[in-house]
Amino acid sequence: MAKKTDKKLSGWDFSPSPEGTSHIALKDKYDLFIDGKWVKPSSGKYFDSINPSNEEKISSVAHANQADVDKAVKAARKAYNGAWGKMSGKERGKYIYRIARMMQEKARELAVIETLDGGKPIRESRDIDIPLACNHFFYYAGWADKLDYAFPNRKVESLGVAGQIIPWNFPLLMAAWKIAPALAAGNTVVLKPAESTSLTALKLAEIIEESGLPAGVVNIVTGFGDTGAAIVNHPDVDKVAFTGSTDVGKIIQKAISGTDKKATLELGGKSANIILEDAPIDQAVEGIVNGIFFNQGHVCCAGSRLFVQESVAEVVINKLKQRLDSLYVGNPLDKNTDIGAINSKEQLQTIKKYIKIGQEEGAEMYQSPCSIPTKGYFCPPTLFTNVAQSSVIVQEEIFGPVLTIQTFRTVDEVIQKANNTPFGLAAGVWTDKGSRIFNLTTKLRAGVVWANTYNKFDPTSPFGGYKESGFGREGGLHGLEAYVKLS
Amino acid sequence: MSRLEVLKTYKIYIGGQFPRTESGRYYQIQDGKGKVIGNICLSSKKDVRNAVSAARKAFGGWAERSAFNRSQILYRIAEMLEGRRDQFINELMIQGASKVNAEKEIDLAIDRTVYYAGWCDKYQQLLSSVNPVSSAHFNFSVVEPTGVVSIIADENSSLIGMVSLILPAIAGGNTCVVLASETLPLCSITFAEVLNTSDLPAGVVNIVTGKKAELIEPMGNHMDVNATVYSGSNADEIKKIKELAVQNVKRVKTYNKKWISDESQDLYLIADLQEVKTTWHPIENIGGATSSY
Amino acid sequence: MAAFLLSFSYVFLSLILLKMPMSKLKPFSSDFDPLRHESPSVDKVGVEERVARIQTRSIKNESKIQGLKMVLNMIDLTTLEGKDTPGKVKQMCYKAMHLHDAHPGLPTTAAVCVYPSMVSVAKEAVKGSDVKIASVSTAFPSGQAPMSVKLDDTRFAVDCGADEIDMVISRGKFLSGEYQFVFDEIAAIKEACGKARLKVILETGELVTLDNVRKASDIAIHAGADFIKTSTGKVQPAATMQVTYTMLMAIKDHFDRTGVMIGMKPAGGISTAKAALHYLVMVKETLGDAWLSNEWFRFGASSLANDVLMQIIKMETGVYQSSDYFSID
Repeated sequence: MAKKTDKKLSGWDFSPSPEGTSHIALKDKYDLFIDGKWVKPSSGKYFDSINPSNEEKISSVAHANQADVDKAVKAARKAYNGAWGKMSGKERGKYIYRIARMMQEKARELAVIETLDGGKPIRESRDIDIPLACNHFFYYAGWADKLDYAFPNRKVESLGVAGQIIPWNFPLLMAAWKIAPALAAGNTVVLKPAESTSLTALKLAEIIEESGLPAGVVNIVTGFGDTGAAIVNHPDVDKVAFTGSTDVGKIIQKAISGTDKKATLELGGKSANIILEDAPIDQAVEGIVNGIFFNQGHVCCAGSRLFVQESVAEVVINKLKQRLDSLYVGNPLDKNTDIGAINSKEQLQTIKKYIKIGQEEGAEMYQSPCSIPTKGYFCPPTLFTNVAQSSVIVQEEIFGPVLTIQTFRTVDEVIQKANNTPFGLAAGVWTDKGSRIFNLTTKLRAGVVWANTYNKFDPTSPFGGYKESGFGREGGLHGLEAYVKLS
Repeated sequence: MSRLEVLKTYKIYIGGQFPRTESGRYYQIQDGKGKVIGNICLSSKKDVRNAVSAARKAFGGWAERSAFNRSQILYRIAEMLEGRRDQFINELMIQGASKVNAEKEIDLAIDRTVYYAGWCDKYQQLLSSVNPVSSAHFNFSVVEPTGVVSIIADENSSLIGMVSLILPAIAGGNTCVVLASETLPLCSITFAEVLNTSDLPAGVVNIVTGKKAELIEPMGNHMDVNATVYSGSNADEIKKIKELAVQNVKRVKTYNKKWISDESQDLYLIADLQEVKTTWHPIENIGGATSSY
Repeated sequence: MAAFLLSFSYVFLSLILLKMPMSKLKPFSSDFDPLRHESPSVDKVGVEERVARIQTRSIKNESKIQGLKMVLNMIDLTTLEGKDTPGKVKQMCYKAMHLHDAHPGLPTTAAVCVYPSMVSVAKEAVKGSDVKIASVSTAFPSGQAPMSVKLDDTRFAVDCGADEIDMVISRGKFLSGEYQFVFDEIAAIKEACGKARLKVILETGELVTLDNVRKASDIAIHAGADFIKTSTGKVQPAATMQVTYTMLMAIKDHFDRTGVMIGMKPAGGISTAKAALHYLVMVKETLGDAWLSNEWFRFGASSLANDVLMQIIKMETGVYQSSDYFSID
């Protein structure tokens, strides 16, 4: 292989291009949004929301306890039994449309806050997270008065109060995935954002307040695991929707085992991204990059296990390394940043632990030689080659910008290896041959299969896993099922 | 001099074979008058394990069979059931049913089999979708069978309660391990004999008999079982099944239905044991908006 | 002995027959052979996504000024019209050397690009400057002429002093699968170029698919192109980011395999400073900074220069500019 050209020859580099923050409105302190009002937490406790790219405090957020959750569930029940429950689907839909529009109007502000609070690059929050969140509300708004068409031969009813717990990797988008279908189907909601990324959910609460949605239909309670547990265990919650780790998902599944609560769980993954020798190689390399480095690898469906057919492995890995070197890691607010900050100190430690394990297991590591900021939580994009199916870093979800690369010889072999995992969330397949694509996409046991692309999302497209990646679907027609009772 | 009747040995059904339980144990069931009807296998954990292995082995082949072929096989089951109609009536009556009810039950079981035979190549069209995503991709969602399903059949029914759960599972391409009614097990084994003569591949349906108290646990916590189906209303049993499911995030479906009713059969029972898979592929849109077609 | 000689010459001959077109011109070529359908496939949607992402790059302040000056210095200022006259060509040459004298410290363009008949006029006009003379040839723009005409066309331009030859490939032959013909033609023109550098125009607007663009790029590179170029400017669409990206990746793969650099020239349709900067970002992120000079990257353009100039002046004065203040030659 030829040597890489010296980048400093002419040294044309991008000047810093930070997105402005002057147009965003953030309060110093956020209370709980319950029954259409902002209420202080009964414990009086608040916690700090930190900007992970510089470790500075952005705002204080209320820590809801059981009493606060109880208040929120009661408000949701009252709204369900009252105005919202009696409202026609047509009117419900109009409220959801209105919320979607107001989110669009404030899209840039939401994007900047998402990036400040969570560390993801502004390019992603601006171009992906926020537009998708708005579109999700738009999509489900239109279902509100058409539910009878969704389930032939069945009477469709709402469930009641939905308790929803969302993760920190796509804060506003996950809030949209949860709230929009719940409201469209006529439920009311108590939602808890993740403790490290509460702010856009609270901005959404402000939008909801401004929209005139009847009080109590959507309640946002911020807090930690104890707050989430209070929601899950509340006897008057009819449905639990959770997105997060498989470990917590199992705790929730167990907690509600003695109840009739309906549940959807969207859990972890260790998805295979498979490159066959006849793939469009350069686009596959982009797909690999997008598969694992999108959102710093904090993606449940990240293509974290790369499988490359042996005949093209050398070329693909070489291209991948070069592409890694061209990625910008740094200030998430800079429009040119490709990889932002790791969401929290804890997550950075977890990632570093796995990187250490990988090295101890004898895997060969490659990291981009990029410079990373000294302050804040950052991790350079990392590849591991010379790994085996039995390596810890191949088996466990790392949830960071760390890719393991395995090679394979035949299609049958790679299908077996790809399916050889307790997870089943997503998979990627890259080949130019149509019949081979259908063979692979049929045999891979995963809820989402991307062929010649990766990490694509759309409100109309159902998302969710097989096996330990959870059950139930979010998005599309199939996503409605999670929030209705059929009789 | 009257002829001596040949008594039937009720064995369990695993991987297309009729073994006795590996444990060698049995339990007896009696009719209303206290007369012993039969010695029934008191299956063990290991029998369940063997049954799950057989079901897993059969899964790939069954799921990938053409829908039309699955439909043909289910219809064949109905034909075989019809041929054994009198035997089932007899067994149901031995287990306490009136003749009218016994006839109703077997007739419904046969008709329900035909009903699900018809669904085999149709539910996909109703449960799948093409999703109009905003980007240049073709995106569709199809349903695929969940995998290996453990079925805890309804305690209060010998035939229809069990058949009503097995049919939607296998019509949808799953394979299953069934725990028959503990107190009314006879028809389950006769049904297995029907399956065994119906072109159904070995291992697609496996049936064990025994004590719920012992077998719910291995049926519910086996790591290679993807879903558990339960029919009945025992809150303790339901809670236990849901708890056992946690270890590998099993799907749990519980039903409390009156199976001896035309209403108790539908598309959504098939849907309950399906996973939705969404596939994306780019669309090369040469010419784009300027092309006329 | 005779048998030995016979078998030796047989092996030698067959070697020549098999390898001649490539080994003759590129002794360092690898065993990659685009004539045997080995070009990788290209997924158009994936390319569009990559390009869209490149277009989100934000070029500000110092990097923008530096980039814009680089753009000016990469332009092949072009006039290719039936109505071209020595007068028109001379005025354009003056512009190439004096882009905006009101603002000192600006570079010249890389070259002027004209028809063969205008080469000697242009050569005289740019004498003493660094501006190169590029001449189109091979029955530009259609290429529908006999080989002898194409060779004469090329030799004439070179003899008149052209530093660079912009040839067109035979798209009809390419589309009917006669790749060997296309290859041989490029190789022959390369030979006729002598010391002049050869730019091979693929006319991507007629090749239609990115798979074709990739294959044509590979053929041109292996047949001896010093540069590959998108378009004549006479066919729509001309240069696009997608097509250029595909060609850049062909250059990249060739470099990774052989260590040999090939130049790239998108031509036609690039008329704004912003678009030009996106191209530079693309080059930087695919081939690297080594390609960011007019030795390896050019823009074929007639109206780009003024938009770039207006941007530079705006950057330095903070005031948006009017085209009335920039000469249009």
